Amino acid sequence: MSEKGSFRVKSGLAEMLKGGVIMDVTNKEQAKIAEDAGAVAVMALERVPSDIRAEGGVARMADPSIIEKIVEAVTIPVMAKARIGHFVEAQILEALGVDYIDESEVLTPADESHHIDKSGFTVPFVCGATDLGEALRRVGEGAAMIRTKGEAGTGNVVEAVRHMRSINRGIMQVKGMPKEELMSAAKDLRAPYELVLEISKTGRLPVVNFSAGGLATPADAALMMQLGADGVFGGSGIFKSDDPAARAKAIVEATTNFNDPKILAGISKGLGPAMVGIEIGDIPESGLLQNRGW
Amino acid sequence: MPDAPTIGILALQGSVREHQRAIRRCGAVPALVKQAEEIALLDGLIIPGGESTTIAKLMSQAGLTETIKQAAEDGLAIFGTCAGLILMAREIAEGEQGLLGLIDIKARRNAYGSQAESFEADIAFDSLSSKKYRAIFIRAPLVEATGSSVTVLASYQGKPVLLEERQFLVSCFHPELTDDLEIHRHFLKMIEKNKGQVKQKRG
Repeated sequence: MSEKGSFRVKSGLAEMLKGGVIMDVTNKEQAKIAEDAGAVAVMALERVPSDIRAEGGVARMADPSIIEKIVEAVTIPVMAKARIGHFVEAQILEALGVDYIDESEVLTPADESHHIDKSGFTVPFVCGATDLGEALRRVGEGAAMIRTKGEAGTGNVVEAVRHMRSINRGIMQVKGMPKEELMSAAKDLRAPYELVLEISKTGRLPVVNFSAGGLATPADAALMMQLGADGVFGGSGIFKSDDPAARAKAIVEATTNFNDPKILAGISKGLGPAMVGIEIGDIPESGLLQNRGW
Repeated sequence: MPDAPTIGILALQGSVREHQRAIRRCGAVPALVKQAEEIALLDGLIIPGGESTTIAKLMSQAGLTETIKQAAEDGLAIFGTCAGLILMAREIAEGEQGLLGLIDIKARRNAYGSQAESFEADIAFDSLSSKKYRAIFIRAPLVEATGSSVTVLASYQGKPVLLEERQFLVSCFHPELTDDLEIHRHFLKMIEKNKGQVKQKRG
């Protein structure tokens, strides 16, 4: 018997994306540039996070016609974002034939208390997380891939680093615990016990964990890979820079050769100015995207 | 095991970790390969699942395409899964030439549609083994035509999904995602059998 949408099939695609770069694109021209640069997937969006941040207003799922054009333009997988809790946007994205849905804090949440029940979909989901408990709550709801939230649209990697370290620290702590402490750990993490038990045995998340939110340079990508990311998302940092094609290609090469400073030095040269970037402390608490979702 | 073969896994992008684990469980020595000069040290090479367009670009940038082609000509055994099959195929549908062109098949990239059409299913071995095998197909390629010297080892819905020719093995599905080591073991047997054919120990 053949089975579509099993968890192995959903998480399997994320496994295939490992070591790669997923790039935010807003039209088919950008999608082609991303594919030509070696992106493993593109994220179809109406506005990149830095524009959402600058322009304000409610950010929603992209217009299906934008997504369709991008799907037609490339052979690599296409992802698209739905608002947190907006399961109808997710149904529409599934009907459009996207390969992955990002239930994303970059868009304005549609539900303050509940995320989408992702296990009911055939198409897989990726969700953001700031720590281990949040990552496991999303996996518990059916997410087949996790990414750090970072602070999208800032060109500042500091939050992505904080979240990656936090997830890794949580895993190390669980791994070192005797079994009788795991239930209490699950309570403190506000995470499903079975997943905490699994991590104590395997020492790693049950799904792939990419890094996202504020990566702007090849060095940023390599930093996140050395910190243990399975791959990276490149958002505003690519198409808000002076030379997107060159920067995209350099970030792809840096993600593969993350452990080779000589290669990193070579590919970091002459890329022109990166996006300007924002100091996190200059963003009011209410403007932090990472606080959306729980 | 002093004679355990060293199996390189092309570690540019994709399901590297899963192949590494499978090779280790088979008792062979996995080696992650990113640079052309590392190819000479190998007894066999695995090109993993991943995005074929991405892996192809990174291979060419690292000078690996020509090195692997030459090593294959000199007898290096190579196993490609999914993206690896695309890279090893002689032809990709619509007349595009395969990057390495090692195995005489015509393949169609991502033939089943979007990720929602990805699936797992029991496949039938034509030879190799009589047991049931659960295979995971993710945005899988379809083999549309095969040359006369290609052997089909397994099929699904009448289409070949595991094939070999000389010292080359390819699969449309991902044996690295399941715990069954049958196919990795078969590749190691192919290497053993192929030993006499290798021009000389490279490097």
